Amino acid sequence: MRAAVIVFPGSNCDRDGAVALTKLTGRETAMIWHQETELPPLDLIFLPGGFSYGDYLRCGAIAAHSPVMREVVAAAKRGVAVLGVCNGFHLLTESHLLPGALIRNAGLKFVCRPVPLSVERAETIYTKHYSPGQVIRVPVAHGDGNYRADGDTLARLRDEGRIAFRYAYGQNPNGSAGDIAGIYDESFRVLGMMPHPERAIEPALGSADGWPLFQSVLESLG
Amino acid sequence: MIRAEVRVMLKPGVLDPQGQAIGNALGHLGFEGVEDVRQGKLIVLDLETNDRTAAENQVKAMGERLLANPVIENFTVELVDV
Repeated sequence: MRAAVIVFPGSNCDRDGAVALTKLTGRETAMIWHQETELPPLDLIFLPGGFSYGDYLRCGAIAAHSPVMREVVAAAKRGVAVLGVCNGFHLLTESHLLPGALIRNAGLKFVCRPVPLSVERAETIYTKHYSPGQVIRVPVAHGDGNYRADGDTLARLRDEGRIAFRYAYGQNPNGSAGDIAGIYDESFRVLGMMPHPERAIEPALGSADGWPLFQSVLESLG
Repeated sequence: MIRAEVRVMLKPGVLDPQGQAIGNALGHLGFEGVEDVRQGKLIVLDLETNDRTAAENQVKAMGERLLANPVIENFTVELVDV
C-alpha cells in the first residue's frame, strides 16, 4: 500500500500519521507539501490534524483551496482512499468531498481526552477489523468538532449507512448532531472523523483501539 | 476605488455557541433584556475597480467560493465609495 500524508502550514498531526502509516506498511510514508501540484501514485491519502493556516477564516477553509487539494479531490474521485482526521475532516467538508460542516464545540472548550466511540459499520475498508457496534476508545483534541448539517443531509447519511462512528451515548464532547464523530462519502472510501486513530496505535499511547482501522485499510488496499 | 464590506453570519437556526457565551457574559454584567446574541464576521475588501456592478459580482463570487461556507453561513455585500 502506498500512503502519503499531506502537510499544510500549521499541521501538527502529520508526523503522528506518518508514524502510524510507516508502522503499518513497512515503507516510508510520502510527506507531501501543500504547494505540490502533482501526487505520486497512491492508495491512501492521509489529511492530518492541526491548525492549517492558523484556522483563519474557518477551520480548513484556506487549506481547502491550496494547490495540492485539487489533486486530492481528483484522486478521491478516481477512487483513491482519503482519511481526514480532525483538521483533515474540516478540509474534507470545506472541499465538498463530505457534506455538512464542523463548528465551534457547544461547550466552547477545547476538548482533549479519550472518548468512547461506537463503530457503526464493521465492513468498510476502514472498519473490517472491528465488530459491529464495538465501542472503542480514541482520543479527541479539538475546539471545532461540532458536526452540523441540515435535516435532509443527516437523514441521508443515516439512511445510506454513511455514519462511521458516533460518540457513545452521553459521551458527546462537542454537541455534534446525532453524536456524529465520523462520516463516509458515497463510495465509503473517503472517511472524515474528529477522533485521532493515529494517536491510539499501541498500548503505550494509552489505547491501541485505532490500530484496527489502519489494519483494515492495509488489508483492503493491499 | 470601491470598498466592499462582506458580512458573514451563521444561518438562522445554526447553533452559535460564541453568541450564547457573549449573551451569558452580558447577563453577568447586569445588562438585561438581551433576547439573543449572534456573532458574525465583517470582511472589508478594497477593490481597484470603480464599476459597482462588476465589484458586486466579483465579491459575491468570493463569498460563495471562500468567504462564507454556504452549509452554515449567509453573507451580504455592501459597497462603499471611498
